Amino acid sequence: MNWSDFFSMGGYGFYVWGSYLTALVVMGGEVVLLMRRNRSCKRINRERD
Amino acid sequence: MNWYKYASPSAFYPLAGKLIPWFAIPAAILFAVGLYIGFFVAPTDFQQGDAYRIMFIHVPAAWMGMFLYVLMAFYAGLGWAFNARLSSMMASALAITGALFTLISLVTGAFWGKPTWGTWWVWDARMTSTLILLFLYVGFISLQSAIDDPRRADRAGAVLALVGVINVPIIYFSVQWWNTLHQGATIRILNKPTIAPPMLAAMLILLAACWLYSIAIVLARLRCIILEREQNTAWMIEGAA
Repeated sequence: MNWSDFFSMGGYGFYVWGSYLTALVVMGGEVVLLMRRNRSCKRINRERD
Repeated sequence: MNWYKYASPSAFYPLAGKLIPWFAIPAAILFAVGLYIGFFVAPTDFQQGDAYRIMFIHVPAAWMGMFLYVLMAFYAGLGWAFNARLSSMMASALAITGALFTLISLVTGAFWGKPTWGTWWVWDARMTSTLILLFLYVGFISLQSAIDDPRRADRAGAVLALVGVINVPIIYFSVQWWNTLHQGATIRILNKPTIAPPMLAAMLILLAACWLYSIAIVLARLRCIILEREQNTAWMIEGAA
């Protein structure tokens, strides 16, 4: 199997990769935003004392 | 061992921190294994070609959207009935992840519908009820953020979450009750699955990965919520001193 066949997904590449890209962006975004929230709430705690 | 101890945020906070890697690392491994089987082992479908590979993310995301809603309503109800604030915080932590999985299922469904049905969206029973599920999550999140007093926000959210549970069986049985464009269930508990073993394996492994991911991220968010809400309580002030 070659890579261009793999990426074309039998002509459905746009739909298949669009789906997986959406999932990656949403879940990756969730992780990044949560890490930022975590940093900021830890900072609140430190600043209080 | 006294398990009730962990119903208090002060005891649960460090426990949750220790548990997170035990879910996050297996989740990453299972995502890799499931995607490998889904793209390199599972054969091309004779009817749908490679478009069916969207199923490996679409179906687990749709299931997670429903499971997490039921779980969220359960914890919200528990927090309301027993005045257990950690349960209510758990419900809030679950809501965002559930909403995002529902969003993924709707978007990947559109990406799957376009090549196979010729349309991104139709107002059939399954899709409409899934969109309502997303709105219920969004309603729960915005209702809670609109009320300043956290315990009142928890109670209001619990009412909304519990009333909305009725939508979950509607989504699940929609393909049987109504004549929908959406296909029926691929996996039924008592029947033999109707798809090839590697396809089923990829889907179930990614479902397990999504579960582990959800547990890890919900625990991490719960820790944030605990920090934000319990800032001025004795255990945190003593702990910081």
